[in-house]
This record gives sequence, structure tokens and C-alpha cells, in this order.
Amino acid sequence: MEKSGPRHWALAAFFALFVLFLYGPTVTIVILSFQGPDGGLTFPMRGFSLHWFANLFQPQMVGDFGGSFERSLALAMIVMGLTVLISLGAGLAFRRRFFGATALFYLTIAGLIVPSILISLGIGLMFNVAGIPPNWWSSALGAHLTWTLPFGVLIMFAVFNRFDHSLEEAAQDLGASPWQVFRHVVLPLIAPSLVGVALFGFSLSYDEFSRTIMAAGSDNTLPLEIFAMTTNVTTPVLYALGSLTTAFSLGLVVLVLVLVLGMRRRRRAAAG
Amino acid sequence: MSTTTIAAAPVGAADMPGARRRRWASALPYLQALPLWLVLGVFLLIPIATIVAVSFWDDQEYALVPTFILDNYRDALGSHVTWSTYVSTLRYAAIVWAATLGIGFTVAYFLSFHVRSTLWQMVLFQLCAIPFLTSNVIRMISWIPFLGRNGLLNRSLMAVGITDHPLEFLLFSPFAVVLAFVHLYTLFMVVPIFNTMMRIDRALVEAARDAGAGPVAVLRHVIVPLSLPGIAIGTIFVVTLVMGDFVTVQMMSGGQSASVGLMMKNQISLLQYPSAAAQAVVLLITVLLMVWAILRVVDIRKEL
Repeated sequence: MEKSGPRHWALAAFFALFVLFLYGPTVTIVILSFQGPDGGLTFPMRGFSLHWFANLFQPQMVGDFGGSFERSLALAMIVMGLTVLISLGAGLAFRRRFFGATALFYLTIAGLIVPSILISLGIGLMFNVAGIPPNWWSSALGAHLTWTLPFGVLIMFAVFNRFDHSLEEAAQDLGASPWQVFRHVVLPLIAPSLVGVALFGFSLSYDEFSRTIMAAGSDNTLPLEIFAMTTNVTTPVLYALGSLTTAFSLGLVVLVLVLVLGMRRRRRAAAG
Repeated sequence: MSTTTIAAAPVGAADMPGARRRRWASALPYLQALPLWLVLGVFLLIPIATIVAVSFWDDQEYALVPTFILDNYRDALGSHVTWSTYVSTLRYAAIVWAATLGIGFTVAYFLSFHVRSTLWQMVLFQLCAIPFLTSNVIRMISWIPFLGRNGLLNRSLMAVGITDHPLEFLLFSPFAVVLAFVHLYTLFMVVPIFNTMMRIDRALVEAARDAGAGPVAVLRHVIVPLSLPGIAIGTIFVVTLVMGDFVTVQMMSGGQSASVGLMMKNQISLLQYPSAAAQAVVLLITVLLMVWAILRVVDIRKEL
């Protein structure tokens, strides 16, 4: 809107600094994870090697990196699937009026606002009182869903608020059954958003820490394992692990962006 | 509305009697919302109810004893430690709120009013939002090379000659805690404020400018008032996240600073569940009161 004056450039510089602030530290630990075998947690670099990455995959590595990664991956997949299905169902439900809709909406928002430590403690206590041992696939799964579902539901809200009803009505007028309208009109239109919900479900679960801490039971998830490492590991192996798991998360984001852009392009090609 | 249109669809409905179809259509939203009810009921409502119940229980030799005592609340509210911890947590919340609001508003303002191409707007916005999908713990660890005793910041300060010995207060200090909070949570301000700003009718800005308002006046009298709902949503996020935090304070202060969450976590690791539960109830009430106060000031319903 504004022509490029000094104010514009000052704001642009501020934005650039903000991006540097966001990404700078991560870039630093990626660089430092390539430290030579004698290197420490801070600069200078003492050589350049893959030593710490190799160290990560040695069996005597501190902690249980492999096992916790597998658990986090499996948990994130389950959370992703459930978040997509449940958010989609709720998103469709909220398009109509139904008894209890407002209460359900506030409960969903409460999942975001109630401090994580309460969710963690509450679920831990509930399992304790019920005499059921907590586990990553039960208590931690529930804890993660209280965090991913509000995001999923809010995304579906935004999607259906902008949704063009005339498309559905046109399909109905042409004789499509409700299921056909959903399958052939609604679903293709909201598919990119569902992919977004899936990304949120997966990533938020994969990186979740504070809701998991008292709900994971005896087997750690990856973030819990990394947190435990911070207190007893003083070598760049910590950075190597951090770099790998961040690369994994970012790779996923890029994959999803490519997927969504591809879907849009295909739809545009089909329309044109 | 769509209920009637579905029921009125003439073709393809032939095999289902109208009444049955209508009943099915009116039951559908309940079935679609049921899984969300179940998950939030079991993993949000019941756990909080459990916390409230346990906060009145007793514990003897690490076992929970169901009863009804007020000792846990008396201990929690009567303790000087609780009050000073609340003061320190509220101070963190206030500082972090001010910093994230200042940075978040400026970034959102730049993105929505100074970036002209929609494509670039989206690319730069994603750039701000992507770190949300990476690990908080790792983002905190990544400050060590900067703030450590031999970290980059100390080296540069010494190289420039501002100081001749490494500054100890950088890592494991309240400063590091605030820095990490701002680093982690500014995007919770950027996203809602950006969303609100994108919906501001650009004609209003033009009109204000035509009426002779300078850039500052436009900002103060048009953009800030219209961005308030986004600011309120961002504020709710940041304040509740900081109020309930334990991991950032523990990691970045090296155990030298206190927060309500950390106090609770310590009680939990000592298996003092009823005390922790009473603290949890006090924290929940505090946070809900803060949210209520924010909603009293700003109406966010238009945003939903």
C-alpha cells in the first residue's frame, strides 16, 4: 500500500531481524552439530565432521533415542489420523445448529487455554485413581488430542465459514445424494485444508512436551528423551539430535506445502 | 438451512421416506460431533474434575486418601512461597506480553500493509509460522551457543570491547527465560493480529489518509482499534502459555527462577499430588480470570 519510504525500509529491516531471531539459533546448532570430535557446545568449530551424527546411532548412546523416536512417530501418526477425522466430523456438525454446540465450542477452546501442566497432571491423576498404568498410546494420546483438536476444529471452522454453499446446492439440484455431495463436492474442495490439519496434528504431537511429561508412563517420547538429555549430555550429540529432528519437521512442512500447491494446480487445471 | 434443502431434494431421495430422512439428517450433527465430545470429555473434563477432587484429598505415605480437607488450599494460599512465585510468574507474563505484542504487532503490520504482493505476503507469513511446527525444547537448546559463557554474544561483546570478561547473566537467568519465551511465543501474536489486519477494509485507511491523517494517526485511530480482536486472541495465548509454563523457566533459568508451573512440577515429582492439585486449581482460576478480563475489554466474537 505504502510506497517505499524510510518507514517502509525500517519495517522491512525489523522484519528481517525478526526472521533472523527466529531461525538464527537453529541454524547455529545445525552448524555446531558438525563439530569435530574434540569440539564443544559453543564456537569455535574444532574441525568439521559427522562424528556426532555417527555417535547418535551407536548402540551405547545415552538414553533410548531409537525407541523414543519410534514411539513418537507412531503416536504422531495416530494423533494425525484421529485429529483429521474428529475435526472434520466436528467441522461438518458445526455447520448446522445442534443442541450443545456452544458448550462443545467452548470446551474445544478450553483445550487451548487450560495450561498444559494441568492437562498433564489431570490425566496422570485420572489414570492413577483409576488404577490404570499410563502409556504413550493411551494417556499421552489423549493429552496430545486436547492440544491438536482445537487447532483442527478452528481450521475447519475457518474453512467452512468461507465455503460456498451454492456448489452443494447445485449438486443437490442435480440429484446428488448427501453422501455424493460430500464425497464429490465438499471433500475435494476442503482436501488441502485437511492436509493442513494433518500436518498440525502430526507436528504438534511429534514435538509435544509439557502435556506428555506426566502422561507418558514409563516409555519416553522423543521430546521427553531430548529434555532428559539436556541435563546430562554436554556434547554436540545433543545438537546432532536437534538438527535431525528439526530437519524431519521442516521436511514434512515442505512436503505438505508441495502437496497442497500440487492439489491447487491440478484443480485449477481441471477447472480451466 | 441445509437440513431443509437436503430433505427437499426430490431425486435420489425416492428410496427413503421423507420423515425417516429428516430424522437421520437432524441426528447427523450429533453423530459427527460425538467423537470430539468423547475425547474432550475423557481427556479434558474428567481430568480437571479429578484435579478438583484430589485437591481436597489427603496423602499419607505417598498414597492418595479420598476425603474432604481444606489443608491443601490452606497450605497453598497461606504460604509466602506461593505468593512470591505468583508475583514472579506474573512479572514474566507482563514482560513477555509487552515484548511479544510490540514485535508481533510490528511484524503483522509490515506483512499486511507493507508487503504488496499476496504471494510474498503468504510466503513471509509462513516463514514466521513454520517454527511453531518444530520442537520447543530444541529451540530452547539452540540458545546455548549464543548465550553461554563462551557463547557468540559474550565473544562479540568482548571483541568490541564493551566488556572484558564474559557476562554470566546471559544463560541461566531471568533474561534468558524472557528471551526464550519471546522466541517461542511471538508467533502466537503475529498470527491472530495478521489475520485481523488482513480483514481491515483498505478503503478505511484510504479515507483516513484522504481526510488528512498522517501515518501515525492512521495507525492510532484506524489500524490499532480494528486490530484489537487479534491482539486480544494473541494476548490470551501468550498470557496463558507463560502462566502455566514450567519447562522454559526450568531450562533457561537453570533452576534459579521460580514459576507457578515449576512449583507444581516440583510437588508432583515429590508425589505431593493433593498439594499440586490445589495449586493447579488456583492456577486455573487465575488464568480463567485473566481470560475473562481480556474478553471484558475486547469483543472477539467477530473473529470466530
